Amino acid sequence: MSVVVRTIARILVPVALLFGGYVILHGHLTPGGGFQGGAVAASAVALLLVAFGTSAVKGLKSPLSVLEDLGGVAFVVLGFLGIGYTFFFNVLAGSGGLFGAPVAPGPNPGYLNTGGTLPPMNWAVGFKVIGGLGAVVVLFALFGGGDDR
Amino acid sequence: MIGNLPFVVCIVLVLLGLWALLFRRNLIKVVIGLKIIENGVNLYLVATGYVQGGVVPIWTYAPPDAAMVLPTPQALTLTSIVIGLATTALMLAFAVVIHRHKGSLDGRKVTELSG
Amino acid sequence: MRRWIVLAAFLVVAGCLLLGAARMRPFGAPRLALMDRYFNAFSQGEAATNNVVTAIVFDYRGYDTLGEATVLFTAVVGVALILRRIRR
Repeated sequence: MSVVVRTIARILVPVALLFGGYVILHGHLTPGGGFQGGAVAASAVALLLVAFGTSAVKGLKSPLSVLEDLGGVAFVVLGFLGIGYTFFFNVLAGSGGLFGAPVAPGPNPGYLNTGGTLPPMNWAVGFKVIGGLGAVVVLFALFGGGDDR
Repeated sequence: MIGNLPFVVCIVLVLLGLWALLFRRNLIKVVIGLKIIENGVNLYLVATGYVQGGVVPIWTYAPPDAAMVLPTPQALTLTSIVIGLATTALMLAFAVVIHRHKGSLDGRKVTELSG
Repeated sequence: MRRWIVLAAFLVVAGCLLLGAARMRPFGAPRLALMDRYFNAFSQGEAATNNVVTAIVFDYRGYDTLGEATVLFTAVVGVALILRRIRR
């Protein structure tokens, strides 16, 4: 691509990653969550591919796959945290510890330290979606081309 | 009839996708038709949960004394969107492989499994 | 001939779907919303979160999300498996 596209991509890739991280981090307070933020952050990989070509994303295949596996394992482990009650029981909600502040019923400003196991699950699913979508994009770029490559 | 016009519009979207699915030969256009069907169904599901004058089901700075729309269709539509994305990736991969083996994207030429 | 059969089937499906949508209840007045009212009222106390949709996706219906994550993983593995070149 031309130098204009490459310059704008250099600016927009960190912005896309940052906005995806924001959407994941505030997933339990504002619209958004792991899937949406992960999709936004994975668009950075697609932007890299469009702007810099296949060679720029060739090295990202293994890290993205590892990220997806780690996200899936973390999600299942967080589900197993509540196995004393039921699978996926929210043990951290209202416990007073990490992410355990109780929430006043009704409209409130929203505090980041609430949600129990939901914010860690948001991060796990967010990493999983970043890894999954990014890996799909990279795989199409590497192996989906013409016959003579 | 006029009270449920959004449902009819979603069904029209589904029918447009079905038309592309039935009368187009290019596999990429077939995939696009499937995505249009899926988006119509997702819109229909979200429209099912709308409450008159409702706000988003989020309590952060929610306006007091406002009805909230139903959250369950939204949550399940989120699931549906991600699964649709996964199936789209698989379908496009199959289209790439068919183009690699056949040299064209015509769906009528894929006849190995027809009886 | 085949094209006319397909067109007739399409018209039948279109008629059924449009009729069903036209005879749907009015937009914006859902019935049988007990479960959703429960979620809206109690998700702040039970899941300690403001976002009710996130509470449903990750807490009340965590199994669905687990299956969804599995589908995503399967799609990535399937794409990698289908697109891979066989080296001779």
